[in-house]
Order: sequence, then structure tokens, then C-alpha cells
Amino acid sequence: MTTTQKLSMRDQMVATIAELFERDERTALVLAAVSATQFAPILQRYPQRALNLGIMEQSMIGVAAGFALEGFIPFAHTITPFLVERPLEQLKDDFCYQGLGGNFLSIGASYDYSTDGPTHHGPADVPLLMQLPDMQIVVPGTAHELDQLLQAAYANGSPTYYRTSVAEHNEHLDIEFGKLKVIKQGSQATVIAVGPSLEYVLPAVEGLDVTLLYCTTVAPFDKETLRAYASKGEIVVVEPYYEGALVPGISAALEDMPTRIKAIGVPRQFLHRYGTLEQYNAALRLTPEEIHRRIEQFL
Amino acid sequence: MDTTTSTTLDEVKQLMRMAVGDEKHDVSAHSTLDILWVLYDRVLRYVPDKPEAKERDRFLLSKGHGPLALYAILAAKGFFPTTELERFGTWEGILGGHPDRQQVPGIEISTGSLGHGLPMAVGVALALRAKKGEQRVFVLIGDGECNEGSIWEAVMLAGQLNLANLTCILVNNHSSLYNFSDLETKFSAFHWQTTNVDGRNHEQLYQALSMTATTQPHVIIADIAR
Repeated sequence: MTTTQKLSMRDQMVATIAELFERDERTALVLAAVSATQFAPILQRYPQRALNLGIMEQSMIGVAAGFALEGFIPFAHTITPFLVERPLEQLKDDFCYQGLGGNFLSIGASYDYSTDGPTHHGPADVPLLMQLPDMQIVVPGTAHELDQLLQAAYANGSPTYYRTSVAEHNEHLDIEFGKLKVIKQGSQATVIAVGPSLEYVLPAVEGLDVTLLYCTTVAPFDKETLRAYASKGEIVVVEPYYEGALVPGISAALEDMPTRIKAIGVPRQFLHRYGTLEQYNAALRLTPEEIHRRIEQFL
Repeated sequence: MDTTTSTTLDEVKQLMRMAVGDEKHDVSAHSTLDILWVLYDRVLRYVPDKPEAKERDRFLLSKGHGPLALYAILAAKGFFPTTELERFGTWEGILGGHPDRQQVPGIEISTGSLGHGLPMAVGVALALRAKKGEQRVFVLIGDGECNEGSIWEAVMLAGQLNLANLTCILVNNHSSLYNFSDLETKFSAFHWQTTNVDGRNHEQLYQALSMTATTQPHVIIADIAR
């Protein structure tokens, strides 16, 4: 693993979609004003199938579904709460229930907008979307991973959510859609780090005799790899959104063996403070030191 | 494309009587009956045994409530056996209180929750325009459904995008909590072409549904006395 300098996930999202537009005429893009500047070259070059609709997120998802009905592969994008929470019913009815494929790409994960308050926070995105049958959920940890996952899954015919974040880890990993990646092996417990959480989990497990699995596809969850690396039945999962979303999946994967699970993630509370990501992480006990202490306590 | 059959509206009404169990939506189903009849008997281009034929016109029932009239017409026109009406709302059947596109041949979108179909129809119209398709898109909404904010998002959008391949049939059966006495001016303000018709008058409906596209989306406000 090497440390590299790279595009932000947001810039990578634009770059990858631009590349996909170049080579796949089935692609379509709808925006609700957010990132219109970044996507301007695509909007100008493909005005028939790349449109900024204005600030109407429910209709943005409905229009994307209309494109999907006609055989296009739509991409829809805005800030997390407006992509997931406001049009949640459109995601359910217009895509999942209809049986249509589409790609939903958010910016502003959890409290990325740390100075903008809870209207712009989105830590409920993954837990909410996990309630929608057939919705795939992707949580890349770097721009490179976003590119790999988007290229792999954009045309797979399923509704798929991509959670991009300003929080990234510093490893350069090649990952596979739908697969856990084994980072290291140990004997005391199995730690699962999801997406950007890896940045803090890697130092947190330093010196601990644990297996570390890295997860970028939350749904569908890779039960097989977990089963192969969880013989001890002691599981810690560290997630960058509301804590515990993966617990049912882990529990189901290991249903025939005695299992203890510790879930670490964002607590369910409104954050009535403004500040930096680091201040939020410290207040919510999501620093490497705190994660290390909580894992040791569990063991 | 074949749009002619020997079926009559009376036969469709008989088929509707075969289905029981959706009395709560009776008014809704009967409000749309004449409109859907004229649409499927004289206007839409489709092939009943190839419900997904690319060259077909698209009809989206945004107002998924009371789909019985649509089911009966689809059955009468040969999309599926008329015996399906007898199995309405049962485990063995494919027809229920709100339509499921994965179950029913000829149903373009699964609806039931109001305010979804018009935005989807805008997407379909955009997609067909991008493909340079000649097909027309028809979508049916209700005046009660116009209480939903997403309807007005899509009305604003379709007018702005000059979607001349989109026709919205607004069935005004006066079920809205609010008095939409001036629906025409509301759509006009969003750059739609508007036509008012008596929702029971077949000739008026035919003339309006057959109008040649201009540069704007077209709304047909079909009044149904209640």
C-alpha cells in the first residue's frame, strides 16, 4: 500500500461520469442545481440526456426513472439529505419497486458540511437505503475506489447509491464491487472498516491481534468473505454513518455461530454545533485513540 | 400499428363489473372510463401482444387509484385474458387496487402513491426526444393528485423544456380539497398548451387527444361532473 495524491471524490465522480458518457450512449444525467458548474462540460455537450432540472429533487428521481424506462442508464446527483431523505419514496417506488436500474451519487456524507448544521448532514443515508429492497449501497474510501466501483457497477441494472465524502483514507487500494478486502489477519477478533473509516481504524488496530476487513459495498454484503475470516465470532464494525447499519447483515452471515458484535459509528443525535470534521470526530468519539480504546474494551 | 378491435364500451363496462373489491376507488375508476376508452380505441398506437413494442405510444397512469377502467380496457383490447378481471385483488391474479408493471402487460409504470407518474412521464418524454423517437407520451393525473408538490415541479419542468411530445390528461372530478376553478390558467402560466373538454364527451376527447403537437406540452383538462 502506498500513499498517493489524488482527485477529491467529487471531482472523480465528475471525471468518471464524463468518461462513461464518452463511451456509452445509454448514459443520462440529471441534476438538481448542485454541482452544475462541475458538470457544465457534460451538460453542454450532451444537452438531450444531461440536464440540470433545478431544485426539485423528487422530480429529479422521477425523471431519472423515466430515462431508465426507455433504456437509459441514469445518474442523479445532489447533496445527501436531498438525494436520499427528501425523495426516499421516489427511490423506493420509481426505481426499486419498478425494477429499474440507476445511479445515485451524493456529496456531503454525514457531517462533511460541518459548518452548515443538521439540515445538510446525512448520516442516515445508508441505514435508510438499507430498508429499500434491491438498493445497492457503495461507500468508497477514496476517489480511486469510487472510480473502480462506479465503472464496475454503473450498468448492472440495479439501483445503486454511491456515498462520496470529503473524508478519505490515505491508502491506495484496488477493491472489487461486492467484495470485502482482507487488509490483515489476526486471531482475537475480526474488525470491519467501512469506506473512509479505514483512515482511523488502521492506526486504531495497530498492535492488536485482529483480522481487518475493508468494506466498500455495504449492500449486497459479502457474507462469504466474512464467514471465511470470522471464525472467532468476535466482530467489530466501524461505519462512517449512523452506527449499526451493518449489524443485521453481519448477524445474518454468521447466524449459525456464537457471535458478539460491537458497532462503532455516528451516534443518532442532532449536532447543534458548528466546527471542523476533526472537532465532530472528537466529540463523537471517532478518533483513532477512542476507536482503539473501544475495541480493547470489547475484547 | 393495430389499434382497431371490435370491442365496445358496453363490453368494457361488463368486464369492470366482473371485478369486485375496490369499491373505495369506484368513483375514480368511472371518472377515467370514457377518457381511457377513447384513448385506447381511437388514439394510442400499440400492439396488444407486444406490449413493449418500441414504436408504441406510452400511456402512464400517474393517478394509480381506481385502475379498474384501465384493466378492463387492456383486457378488452387483448393485452391479457378477460378472465383476469374475476381474480381482481386475489393472490392468484395479477390485478390489484394499484397497478404493478411487473405483473400486468400494458401497464407502463407501477403507481398508487400520488405525484409520481407525471415526473416519470417527463423523463420518458425527454428520453424519447433524446432518441429522436416519434412516439407520444400520454399521462393521466387527477385534480386531487394536483395537491402533491411534485406535480407542480413536473409541470414547471415540462413547460420549461418544451416537451411537445407530452400530453397530460387532467381528470377533474372535483375531488381536490382545494378549488382548482382555474386549472387552465395555472398550466398556461407554466407554458403549457391547454384544452378544456367534457370528460364524458367522446368527440371532444378524441379531438383534444388527437391534436397535433406544437412546441409545448399539452394538458387536456377533462371535467367530470360529480
